[in-house]
Amino acid sequence: MANTTAPSRDLRALPAAPGPLGLLDSTIGQKIVMATTGAILVGFVLFHFIGNALIFAGPEAINDYSHLLHHSHGLIWVARAVLLLAVVLHIATALRLTAKNASARPQPYKVKRDIATNYAARTMVWSGPILLGFLLYHLAHLTFGVTPGPYQHSPEDVYSNLVNGFSIPWVSGLYIVSMLSLGYHLFHGVWSMFQSLGINHSAYNPRIKHAAIGLALFITLGNISIPLSVLLGLVH
Amino acid sequence: MMRLKLHVWRQKSGGTQGSFADYDMTDVSADMSFLEMLDVLNEKLTADGSDPIAFDHDCREGICGACGMVVNGEPHGPRKATTTCQLHMRSFKDGDELWIEPWRAEAFPVIKDLVVDRSAFDRVIQAGGYISVRSGSAPEANSTLVPKLDADAAFDAAQCIGCGACVAACPNASAMLFVSAKVSHLGHLPQGQPERYARVRKMVAQMDAEGFGGCTNHKECEAACPKEISISHIARLNRDLLKAQLTAAEEKKVSESA
Repeated sequence: MANTTAPSRDLRALPAAPGPLGLLDSTIGQKIVMATTGAILVGFVLFHFIGNALIFAGPEAINDYSHLLHHSHGLIWVARAVLLLAVVLHIATALRLTAKNASARPQPYKVKRDIATNYAARTMVWSGPILLGFLLYHLAHLTFGVTPGPYQHSPEDVYSNLVNGFSIPWVSGLYIVSMLSLGYHLFHGVWSMFQSLGINHSAYNPRIKHAAIGLALFITLGNISIPLSVLLGLVH
Repeated sequence: MMRLKLHVWRQKSGGTQGSFADYDMTDVSADMSFLEMLDVLNEKLTADGSDPIAFDHDCREGICGACGMVVNGEPHGPRKATTTCQLHMRSFKDGDELWIEPWRAEAFPVIKDLVVDRSAFDRVIQAGGYISVRSGSAPEANSTLVPKLDADAAFDAAQCIGCGACVAACPNASAMLFVSAKVSHLGHLPQGQPERYARVRKMVAQMDAEGFGGCTNHKECEAACPKEISISHIARLNRDLLKAQLTAAEEKKVSESA
């Protein structure tokens, strides 16, 4: 009789403690954390783009908008705290899930064919870290104005910051490539968000799929249009 | 008659290192099933005095869930909605090269060659994949009414034969499709309601303890499933777990008494 190497496992693993915190003990609960924090971040990138699109309305519009955000009686700090928490939870949970997934197949296949998955889904684990790197650069660049190089930062003049920043081709290039990464991340992430939260119904599935594609395209192309317009001299 | 080149995973036992062995098959009939093709090879290996290739099989009519191997990177081979035993050699061409591997998952350790230990699935079922009923004389058939749509949905989920192709196909070796099919099967029926939320918590806890990965919505499981179980069951599992965790008070009583 062949001997197996099955590690000894609990015959009856205890269910997680009841309540929302118990959710964090299961992979499904962790996916729910990914989905809810992801939803917050999707909401952010959507409104971030809509706000930034004011650059096309001229210097006054976007600078007034920036002024409004910075004189919101602390509301901006509430938003920043929520976003920071969402980013930290999203990354921490992703690391935890990725580690578990990696250990679930210690011996890879010699030959493996993908049938249903797609490029965006397979590369979530790469587009995520790219976006984190971009986020840090982006904050250093346009929020704190501490990136090295010829760029001149002025906290009060968002319009000039964007035009100055994006006039440097490699900076614009970095933003555009990062936004493509964001597009892939959103394409899989938005659809996944619904599935992980259990929102799957034959009547709504095609609409959810289309919404995911539409949102990913809208945010990606919209964001890319800003550095591209500066590079092409449409915004100056 | 076809000629095939096979690369088959050979592994003496769980504790030993395995590797691929190459076999040239010369007269393979298009009418053979995949397992019959391996039977022919095994007869030859036995006659030559070597160890035949170990693989799981039982009913050979696609309903027991015993057979299963990864053929050229696809669990159960290239044909949609087909178990390995129901796969026929007409799905391949003369001169094809086939890589044959066991299911690869931490939770499914190799016992020998292409045979893996799937008792992790049994333990997930033991944890909650049942309903508690008084045994004895059968109840009157029409005493519990089941709406047609619920019966259909339960039956769709109940088609799961527990073969493990979903785990084998998943990039994360996740058992979500299997567990969701079992949870959905019982959860769609009135008889499954009393233990519905305790069940999902127990089965998910056992699933995670067995070392399966998490779901990242690749849909590879659905594509590989010989019974075409839909990932909509996974969404339902997620919903049920969410509700089970958040409705703790009502649910606590059930889990304590169970």
